[in-house]
Amino acid sequence: MSRRADEERPPMGIVVCFGLASLAAAGFATTYVLGLGNVWYGGTFGGALMFLAIGLGLWSKRIDSASPEFVEQRDLGPTPEPQFEKFMGALTSQPVPRSRVLWSMLGFAGGTLGLAALFPLRSLFPQMGVNPQRSLESRVYKRGQAIVTEDGTGVKPDDLEYGGVLTVFPEGFNITEAAGATLLVRIDPADLHLPANRTNWTVDGVVAYSKLCTHAGCPVGLYSDESRQLLCPCHHSIFDAADGGKPVEGPASHPLPMLPLATDENGFLIARGGFDRPVGAAWWGWPDGREKP
Amino acid sequence: MSGDTGQKQSRIARALVRKPLRKADQRLGFAGMGREALGKVFPDHWSFMLGEIALYCFIILVATGIFLAMFFDPSSSDTTYIGSDPALHGQEVSSAFASTVSLSWDVRGGLLMRQVHHWAANIFICAIVLHLCRIFFTGMFRKPRELNWTIGVTLLVLAIFNSFAGYSLPDDLLSGTGLHIFYSVFEAVPIVGPWLTYFVFGAGFPGPHIIPRLYALHIFLVPALLAALIGAHMLVLIRQKHSHFAGPGRSDANVVGSRMWPAYALRSLSLLCAVGAVCFFMGGFAQINPIWTWGEFKSYSIISPSVADWYIAWIEGGLRLMPPLEIHFWGMTVPNQFWPSILLPGLTFGLLYAWPWIDRRLTGDRGTHHVAAAPTSSPRRFVVGVVVITFFSVLLVASGEEAIVMWTGVPVGTIRVTLRVVALALPFVTGFIAWRVARGRLPAMGVVEEEMEESTTRELHESPIWLSAKARKQQVEPAGGAEEIEAEQVAEP
Repeated sequence: MSRRADEERPPMGIVVCFGLASLAAAGFATTYVLGLGNVWYGGTFGGALMFLAIGLGLWSKRIDSASPEFVEQRDLGPTPEPQFEKFMGALTSQPVPRSRVLWSMLGFAGGTLGLAALFPLRSLFPQMGVNPQRSLESRVYKRGQAIVTEDGTGVKPDDLEYGGVLTVFPEGFNITEAAGATLLVRIDPADLHLPANRTNWTVDGVVAYSKLCTHAGCPVGLYSDESRQLLCPCHHSIFDAADGGKPVEGPASHPLPMLPLATDENGFLIARGGFDRPVGAAWWGWPDGREKP
Repeated sequence: MSGDTGQKQSRIARALVRKPLRKADQRLGFAGMGREALGKVFPDHWSFMLGEIALYCFIILVATGIFLAMFFDPSSSDTTYIGSDPALHGQEVSSAFASTVSLSWDVRGGLLMRQVHHWAANIFICAIVLHLCRIFFTGMFRKPRELNWTIGVTLLVLAIFNSFAGYSLPDDLLSGTGLHIFYSVFEAVPIVGPWLTYFVFGAGFPGPHIIPRLYALHIFLVPALLAALIGAHMLVLIRQKHSHFAGPGRSDANVVGSRMWPAYALRSLSLLCAVGAVCFFMGGFAQINPIWTWGEFKSYSIISPSVADWYIAWIEGGLRLMPPLEIHFWGMTVPNQFWPSILLPGLTFGLLYAWPWIDRRLTGDRGTHHVAAAPTSSPRRFVVGVVVITFFSVLLVASGEEAIVMWTGVPVGTIRVTLRVVALALPFVTGFIAWRVARGRLPAMGVVEEEMEESTTRELHESPIWLSAKARKQQVEPAGGAEEIEAEQVAEP
């Protein structure tokens, strides 16, 4: 009976909402055709949905207030024991043979097939002969390898001012690969206090570190000349550029890998060898005994 | 309206509704089942709609995602961007980045779809987390709902993974940095770390494979798993029926609320539209992830600040707060990132999966429950929930450290040390308060009382359908199968 009454006096609020929803929907189509832009599209489409939501909400509220609460009985429960036994009986009865040999051979065949089906996953791994551990341990630079900027030009110590930094790469290195990113920092030699065995790793105050943070591999992108500290924007590890890249703060547990520098006969910077340790984050099994130069 | 038009309407309704349904029923015979379904009772409490919000977000995600997939090119090979972004026009960038910029600026409606997709993903995870909290605090993971709890936790894991994968696809500088962290996290997996990393990335970082691989997972595998598990989640729900809060006439043997048709269907449809409205308003008015501002990913560049999306930011917060602790044994290293990015998520999700059984141990409660408990009814559970939420909130704050540095001017080191202390101390404080609250007010308080008031305002009724189900249960012979017994109409007074 209440439904009939509804039809006779349509609730104006709901009617208006649905009307506005169709208006907004038409508005979306129009603004889309006119190409008015994102705000219009989102506003009109969202508006249509909003008016629909309000209209439907009001409608359900009306029904709610007119109808009582309902009770539904739960008939969920364990199946009575005899019926469960019948189920088990049907599962284990003939004509399924009870031969243990058959079942175990089926299991064996299924297992073998399952294992064999996993083999193509091997194709996701790099080609044969790549040992990830060894690749990760790479020191990137070779002895005498030239140091170049992003566009491939050589760098002289005087290209950097004191307090300046420059991102460089090993010559011939694919710069899309993260491992090559190297940071040159020029510090007044008077302020440098490198470990004793590395005092000759610098040329005219220029020191070179891997740009990859030893914590989680982000580029150590921020340098403060005042404190001569390098900061990683990801997790805020701080390294001392004047002291061999030693970690001073934050989660990083290892110094930045340092690159021994020299110049060639034309005065361009070259590497005297590789980084003193693997670049990037440490890994499970990272051979801590091998990190010393 | 006159009676005449009323009759006309019913003739139209006959043609549009009754006839096709009749024809379908002659072929499928669903009317009996359909009648039961229409009478299904849904509890009226608002907190039962959180899961629905997640479901509706998933629908929006699939719809907008299909649109995006028509234009996105999941490749990290170089291409020249030609389009209406003046700063990038004519530049050599990766195809993934270029196509994302193109579909934002040069495909009409593309930016809206992209932003709606991103906002909907955020709301999706948010709704899942709130839904999980509701289930946790009201104890509705207990028997018989352990299975649905584990499905739900799996849905959360998949949702977080898929959001991270989708966020990483455009190959922009911010998400690329996130991928680099992801790479370092993989390296820290016990024993197989480096091998697993090369297996996932197919090369050293970043390599050409990761974007196509994430794309395949993002649009095929994970959505398929999500859809299947959402289906399973709902099937179990239908079989077990909703839980409900305590109140007069409510018990473990029944469920009280609105029937699916028409009240609940309209309400739920209204919620779908409301979720859609929020997503489209956000997508229209609120910019999200403007990748042209970050620029293309270059593994040697970074933007500052680099902050992750919130659903992954608790790991980031952990990575920031973790002191530089590494363990060395047998010439091997357990790297620092292992603790916050492998151990912490492992413990978090491990505990979530195991919680129904841990709770059983803690409370000794092995019974079947369909009436939702008041959050404080089990003080131990309440304290655990509050402690965990507090700890993760501090980690989230830590992931936004730079905001605190900017506001206060205090150096980042001081803030980090403070947050470390807060992360360890605050859970004890809130946990203690929670304990006092739970002990001070016993089960009959809080939500339950509120529910009682609410439900007494409405008359209780036996749903005619379910009265018959009850009758059926009584009539079923121990040996008999489920024979359909004609429902007895009970007149509504």
